[in-house]
Amino acid sequence: MTQTATVKATKPKGIGGGTLGQALLVPALAVLSGLIIGAIFILAIGENVLTAYGALFRGSFGSLPALIEGIRVYFSTGENQALVRALYPFTESLVTATPYILTGLSVAVGFRCGLFNIGAEGQFFIGALCSAFVGYSIRGLPAFIHLPLAILGGALGGAVWGMIPGYLKARFGAHEVVNTIMMNWIAFRLSDWLLNGPMQASGFRPVTPNIQPTAELPRFFADPLRFNWGFVLALVMAYIVYWFLFKTTLGFEIRSVGANPDAARYAGMNIVKNFVFVMALAGGLAGMAGSAQVLGVDHWVGQGFAAGYGFDAIALALVGKSHPFGVVLAALLFGFLRSGATEMQSMAGIPIDIISIIQGLVIIFIAAPAIIRWIYRIPTIKTEETVLTRGWGS
Amino acid sequence: MTTTTTTPPVGHVIPISTRKSQTLYGFVLIGVGLLIFLLFGLDTEAGVTTTFGMNLVGSEAVTIPNIIVPSQATVFLMAAVAVFIGAFHLSRGIRSLGVVLGVIALTFIIAFLTWAAQDKSFNLTGMISSSFVRATPIALAALCGVVSERAGVINIGIEGIMLLSAQVAVVAATVTQNLWIGLLMAILAGALIAALHAFLVIRFKVDQIVSGVAINIVGAGTTSFISSRFLERATDTLNNSGTFPIIKIPLLSKIPVLGPTLFENNIIVYLMVFLVIALHLMLFRTPWGLRTRAVGEHPKAADTLGVNVHLVRYINVILGGMIAGIGGAYFTIGSVGRFDEIMTAGKGFIGLAAMIFGKWNPIGAFASSLIFGFADSLQVKLQILRVPIPSEFLLMAPYIVTMIILTGVVGRAIPPAADGQPYEK
Repeated sequence: MTQTATVKATKPKGIGGGTLGQALLVPALAVLSGLIIGAIFILAIGENVLTAYGALFRGSFGSLPALIEGIRVYFSTGENQALVRALYPFTESLVTATPYILTGLSVAVGFRCGLFNIGAEGQFFIGALCSAFVGYSIRGLPAFIHLPLAILGGALGGAVWGMIPGYLKARFGAHEVVNTIMMNWIAFRLSDWLLNGPMQASGFRPVTPNIQPTAELPRFFADPLRFNWGFVLALVMAYIVYWFLFKTTLGFEIRSVGANPDAARYAGMNIVKNFVFVMALAGGLAGMAGSAQVLGVDHWVGQGFAAGYGFDAIALALVGKSHPFGVVLAALLFGFLRSGATEMQSMAGIPIDIISIIQGLVIIFIAAPAIIRWIYRIPTIKTEETVLTRGWGS
Repeated sequence: MTTTTTTPPVGHVIPISTRKSQTLYGFVLIGVGLLIFLLFGLDTEAGVTTTFGMNLVGSEAVTIPNIIVPSQATVFLMAAVAVFIGAFHLSRGIRSLGVVLGVIALTFIIAFLTWAAQDKSFNLTGMISSSFVRATPIALAALCGVVSERAGVINIGIEGIMLLSAQVAVVAATVTQNLWIGLLMAILAGALIAALHAFLVIRFKVDQIVSGVAINIVGAGTTSFISSRFLERATDTLNNSGTFPIIKIPLLSKIPVLGPTLFENNIIVYLMVFLVIALHLMLFRTPWGLRTRAVGEHPKAADTLGVNVHLVRYINVILGGMIAGIGGAYFTIGSVGRFDEIMTAGKGFIGLAAMIFGKWNPIGAFASSLIFGFADSLQVKLQILRVPIPSEFLLMAPYIVTMIILTGVVGRAIPPAADGQPYEK
């Protein structure tokens, strides 16, 4: 009795069970191990690790002296150039993280229902195109109508793109993995056509026209800083997804179907409805990622706009253990790494691809706590197992 | 079996689902016929001919005359055939769904090509043979999936394995000036990465999808890293291997159409064909195959009967990696002789789709790969033909067709029962 009491006292439930410190210990060590192995790569090509990681850090967070100097200059002279430059890296990392949060949520929601959404990339692209279309074709609306309409357009476009494989899965049992891959390719071809034809801006480049200013997601600062309300939108969506999955009946149903479809069916839950709904939701989230990117950052869409987001999203959902808050943290990590890597490439001459290597390693280490525990000799604590994926999900 | 013409057959009950699908496909056929007429028929001019080239330049095959057909008449004929067979299917019913689908595909493709190449010449043999070649990496990726998933281990990292082994192949071949060493190193690289995957998912029980995704990310990262850091600066000494020569099989390569397609290829294409047949036989006719399938379906039962579940899984995943390694080698030393960043372009994932589409079965996976290979090859040919409708829509067709077939015919693809689950005694 006392023993259970102490166990309960020492182990309040964190994301993966265990105290918060314990919950964060493995991910932190995973990142550290990833960076160490990345350092070996950098050494192997004969570059200075400290220079490289210094640039990576400055590129993702900015540097403290520069920030202090910026604030000092701003308050003494009112000149904000230095401050803007100091803030740029940090805000740019958040800008990079924004689409990661939303696409990660998209895949995570699918996983929770036992569905594997490989199609986030296509849904992202379609969402971006729909938002861009609403953004540039409608003129003369006030921003408080135009902007929500543009976001809604993107979310709807993505939702339709996700719903089709969901429906085919639910109604005919056609595999969602194949169908989402096919929908990706259809989306790429469709966008090729749209960008070279109906949606092409005047000129020769295959890009859409710029969206109207009324459809832009407002930015917090003046021009070089691209940090915008899209980030807030992403955080709000993460909370809504969390609330939906864990606090509503429908969310419970979805998780039940994901955990054990047979039991869920036996309990009278409608599997078909759940599959279609979840895929539409997943598609909608990925579509919204596309709209946040086009409305907040780029303001136009070109070829290759969605490149890589779909597959990074799978990694994000997995690293975040399919939990909305975990996905947000994973997305921030990826955002900081990616954004810092650009600086590392230009300042230290390290190819940006080193980040992919570090990311891959971090994914493996986070997914396999056993390895980290084995390397660092951390005693195993029994934690609640989260179901990540169930194979091909059928 | 005396089916009568007017009254419903007695004692020969057609299940409702079959009757439903009969009606469905009957109308689909008629629809395809109308579509052919509307899309292509109305757009062809009378008196214009389409030339289908049947000979490949530089091929050993016996020259046969090109097929020259009147465009409009051919398109109309195809529309009529589709409608007629649709009506026949509605009234009488055709037993084999394969025949029905074959008619749909054949009439549509013939009509389309006739229309697209009206007043021009289109090399049919070239098209068929390039479809076959382009199906090769997809089929190899699919085979990798089949071998490993039949033993219950999902390998979604095929894309990454192929990228890495493609790069290893070209560098090894360039440095040693020997393509065979390149191929060997590619197979070795594939085996090593697959072994890592197996180690992670079997020893550490890492989620199989996670490990695969990580392999893809690391694969793309590492190859791009090496490419931008080393290969781009030293193309001639590191990234210029040449390709395997075409081996013409005597006599057989003289057969028109079939010869250039099947018997005038490089070693990797032959290897692929060999592997498809060998794996099919091995999987369903040998003790290894039986063990593999047992481990994939019910590892506990297999274990009880004395099969070493983990060993079988290690062997199969590594074997799969070697096959993917060959697939990777195709991209460099099998086709262009150099490495470009992200040159696999999603073929690994298409391979996975082919594997599922082919129901985890080597021959099925190969057949599905051919569809995607055809799509790939069509893409290139259409650019040459300058078709009046946006080619992007035609290029979508194979993907849409796959979805339709998967929905209507293949339906529920059921993976091996223990696919993706770690085994604990």
